[in-house]
Amino acid sequence: MPDVQALVNEFLFKLKNGEILKIEGSHATARQTAILLRSVISQQRIPHTHQAAALIDAVKAVGEQLVAANPVELAVGNIVRRVLHIIREEDLSLTTVAMAGLNVSPVSDDEGETDQDDHPVLSAAAVAAASRNTLRPPSLQTLLEDLPDSTAIPHTSSSGGDSDGKSKSADKSTRSRKLKHDVIEALNELIGDIDTCHEQIAEQAVEHIHQNEVILTLGSSRTVLEFLCAAKEKKRSFRVFIAEGAPRYQGHLLAKELVARGLQTTLITDSAVFAMISRVNMVIVGAHAVMANGGVIAPVGLNMVALAAQRHAVPFVVLAGSHKLCPLYPHNPEVLLNELRSPSELLDFGEFSDCMDFGSGTGSPLLHVVNPTFDYVPPKLVSLFITDTGGHNPSYVYRLIADYYSNDDLVLQRKPAPTN
Amino acid sequence: MGAPKKAPARAVSDDPEDLASVPLQAVLLADSFATRFRPITLERPKVLLPLVNLPMIEYTLAWLESAGVEEVFLFCCAHAKQVISYLENSQWYAQPKFKVTTIESHNSVSAGDALRLIYERNVIHGDFVLISGDTLSNMSLMRALQEHKERKKKDSNAVMTMVIQRSKPSPITQQSRLGTDGLFMAIDPTTKQLLYYEENTNHLKGTLSIDKMLLVDNSSITLRNDIQDCYIDICSPEVLSLFTDNFDYQHLRRHFVKGLLVDDIMGYKIFTHEIHSSYAARVDNYRGYDTISKDIIQRWTYPLVPDVLSLGNSATNLERQGMYRAFEIGQSRSAQIGPHTVIGTNTTIGSNTKITNSVVGKNCAIGSNVLIEGSYVWDNVTIEDGCELRHAIVCDGVIMKSGSVLKPGVVLSFKVVIGQNFVVPPYSKVSLLKQPTKQDSDEELEYADNDSDTLDPAATRTMDKLNGDSSLEFSEMQDHVSSELGYGGAGYIWSICEGSHEEEWRHSVAPIPPEKVAEITQVIEDDLELVSQDSNAPASSGELKPDTQINAEDDAVYFEKEVEATFLRAVNENVEVDHVILEVNSLRLSYNMQAADCAGAIFHSMMKLALDATHSSQNELLRNVHETVNTWQKLLKSYLPGKDEEIEVILKFEEICLESVRELSPLFTQILHLLYEKDIITEEAIEDWESEKKDADEADRVFVKQAEIFLKWLREAEEDDEEDDE
Repeated sequence: MPDVQALVNEFLFKLKNGEILKIEGSHATARQTAILLRSVISQQRIPHTHQAAALIDAVKAVGEQLVAANPVELAVGNIVRRVLHIIREEDLSLTTVAMAGLNVSPVSDDEGETDQDDHPVLSAAAVAAASRNTLRPPSLQTLLEDLPDSTAIPHTSSSGGDSDGKSKSADKSTRSRKLKHDVIEALNELIGDIDTCHEQIAEQAVEHIHQNEVILTLGSSRTVLEFLCAAKEKKRSFRVFIAEGAPRYQGHLLAKELVARGLQTTLITDSAVFAMISRVNMVIVGAHAVMANGGVIAPVGLNMVALAAQRHAVPFVVLAGSHKLCPLYPHNPEVLLNELRSPSELLDFGEFSDCMDFGSGTGSPLLHVVNPTFDYVPPKLVSLFITDTGGHNPSYVYRLIADYYSNDDLVLQRKPAPTN
Repeated sequence: MGAPKKAPARAVSDDPEDLASVPLQAVLLADSFATRFRPITLERPKVLLPLVNLPMIEYTLAWLESAGVEEVFLFCCAHAKQVISYLENSQWYAQPKFKVTTIESHNSVSAGDALRLIYERNVIHGDFVLISGDTLSNMSLMRALQEHKERKKKDSNAVMTMVIQRSKPSPITQQSRLGTDGLFMAIDPTTKQLLYYEENTNHLKGTLSIDKMLLVDNSSITLRNDIQDCYIDICSPEVLSLFTDNFDYQHLRRHFVKGLLVDDIMGYKIFTHEIHSSYAARVDNYRGYDTISKDIIQRWTYPLVPDVLSLGNSATNLERQGMYRAFEIGQSRSAQIGPHTVIGTNTTIGSNTKITNSVVGKNCAIGSNVLIEGSYVWDNVTIEDGCELRHAIVCDGVIMKSGSVLKPGVVLSFKVVIGQNFVVPPYSKVSLLKQPTKQDSDEELEYADNDSDTLDPAATRTMDKLNGDSSLEFSEMQDHVSSELGYGGAGYIWSICEGSHEEEWRHSVAPIPPEKVAEITQVIEDDLELVSQDSNAPASSGELKPDTQINAEDDAVYFEKEVEATFLRAVNENVEVDHVILEVNSLRLSYNMQAADCAGAIFHSMMKLALDATHSSQNELLRNVHETVNTWQKLLKSYLPGKDEEIEVILKFEEICLESVRELSPLFTQILHLLYEKDIITEEAIEDWESEKKDADEADRVFVKQAEIFLKWLREAEEDDEEDDE
């Protein structure tokens, strides 16, 4: 445990100083959070009763610190919530299996995708999927696929499962080990998902980018880079306009990368976007976070691009890995939507030092430089989200979120919330 | 010199891979060896003073950590115990990959002593960063360090790289925005070598003499006065041995840097590294404290800003217009918290209270109808209803009783109590401790250096006693001084020593009052005019200001006006003649004038006075003149030691009659006679005047002609005298 605490502290420190964000972006942050939580779980001693609750408490305790360390980086909170969700699901699936053993009808009979027979060692994910179907109001997918509901299971929450499990004391020791094992398995899967999210998004590139199209993007995003390159590899020829993304000018870096991979690239200033948008077939951008309502938190300047795109009826496509899906709403007071960075990115301190001489006049600064990092793009301006699971409408985002997160985990920080 | 140290450094520089593997070390001086922050620093070390609610050292350590420094030697001297106990309770001892080691000393009086001690410990093995605990920055060290190492490889004499930043000094006060005096540097533009370093350029009055060898030795040279020294130095280990060899080096800049620049035997070189987009500054005085606090609030120091760098659980939220508020605040609905304000945790704010441009710490209780403007209120402060604070610093535990007022520039040290409705005068410093007697002034003289004196032991003892906190003593003190800070007040107002009173406004947190600015502007207007006439380029663009030639004519006019003002005041206020003489003498010295000029000016003033008095006829005017001369003859005479001055008076008189005051001209002869009779002007002077005028053209001879009868009479009288003598 102590070494986990050290790990947590180190990560906290990095988060606080914004080191990771500066260097690697939210993708790496998400991945590191998942890895950290995995080690937290693997080192957590599990009591015989309420194992899931113990795990959840441990993860929540760490998660709370992580979120507090850098509330701007929503990916951290997302991953924490997803891990919590995984624990709940695994616990549920185990209970279901146990119930299945007890009851007569095994649930897994209906599962088409599992090749294994009804055996206690069922794939946890499959069972979780099944149990999810049973416990949740039917999702769009289940309605369409018309999976039969197994109504036999009366549980409404994981704790209920635990209380039922008490009767089976013999199974307990095996179950406790199994829960942890399953959770870690699922976490590995999650880390794998995060690792491959760029490729999975990029795979869909050919469906969206067509021959001789003009694509506009702003700033730099690794997802966008891979997406464009994937289309290029499939022998699509198209042109890219890059708005430079002042004041950090990451567009310059993207232009360099694209040219290195042989793409026809045009670099424009941010303010020229409106003038160029009429020649553009599609706007493809990355995001910092996708909120539950389908709104996007994205690098500053994107709202302007989105408005321009809407005016000229150009599709506005946002690429986002599933770790960027945030179950919170942008009007949630817990969400710190923006980060104000140093004014020195805008102007040279030495040049303006005489404007900031507080020794004369009223002593209050007359010059105030505001340098926000992010913009909020409302859902109505977004045409399509492309995540690792496919393309989605903004109005569908809340369903995606329901698949990844449980409602119980939405509030991570207990302190500021007055109700808890 | 420093042979044992140099050898490993060389070995290191041979192999670039080894170079990378040496952990970067830093020496952090947690003592500024200065007294600028007294009286606060008598009770708490400067590095622990909160800067926007976080101790200064926190910023420094956070920066060192993020800049990739792996080992920090923290040198503490004054209040070493407090610094160490603070660090023990902080996160810094527990950091992996970041080792903080404290070195304690009780007899170091300067940075030089500190570095000598560190050299003795033999802990520095490679290049190190030298920084003091009151410096904050967000620059990246990588570039500077790399440059330093590359230079070092080529030239082992390049021992130090100084970090500098561009910052324009104020054209009016000639001080930087951080409140430090003007700084002047000569840098080689290609190699960035520092060639000349001069602090305190203010008293030089625009002239600066540079060794002409500088110009001979260097093909090009940049002279800059828009530079701010960040006090972040990247040093080679030789620096430490240099301090040991030159045991008289005390101050880093005044002795060490200048010493190296002057010394051309050893040939050590100092280079500069200019930072552009990042921030670095040192809190040197109260003005710097104010400016840097505002820079932090404006996020120039990002990521070292309150909402990112919050200690413990006191998360701070950044709101519109640069307002930082902790989450747990009791704020009345009607309270107005203005822009650029920071409010700490658990602080309560009463109704109709206004707070703008200020920083308020933790656990403060602020009553209603309070006005806080541009002030720094630290932790656990109680401010009762109706108080007013403008540009003040209020330390921990202060109680301000209702209705008390802090004028701009006030500093209240720890636990001071301000009585009801008491108004603390501007720029005063209040402490529970008595002002130490001026025993350290000798020390200052010894080093010619007001920045390096120790905390005198007497004060430390008092402080220890206070910390032991015998409440009896406290209450006793309270009774004792209740008069000084109003009813129920506790604390002493420190008297400001004579010399620094004039300078108080320069270094306080309060902005310079407009009257003061106007005053300075008035004084330097001529200089500026001269400069702008000579060169349209701004003075900061690396050119030397042309020597301020004293414009003799202008000066004479000013001098005359000043004398006249003095004289008129003397007349109106019945000042004694001796005092007037004293004042005129001081004017004469400051304007560098002759006695003749004084006499002329005084005579001019006298005539003016006589004219200004009501008169309806020539006779009355004459009588006025008569009276004036009678009253002030002593004054005039004291400036007439010889004939030349007397002639000057006559010439002046002529001038007056000609130019301004035509009324006097008919009376020329009479007044001349009067002056003669009063023994103000002697015969010889008049004769000489006459002979001087002989060759002049007709227009100039008007008065000679007018006075012809008088002159004739004079000559006759003289002859008579001579005859009598015979």
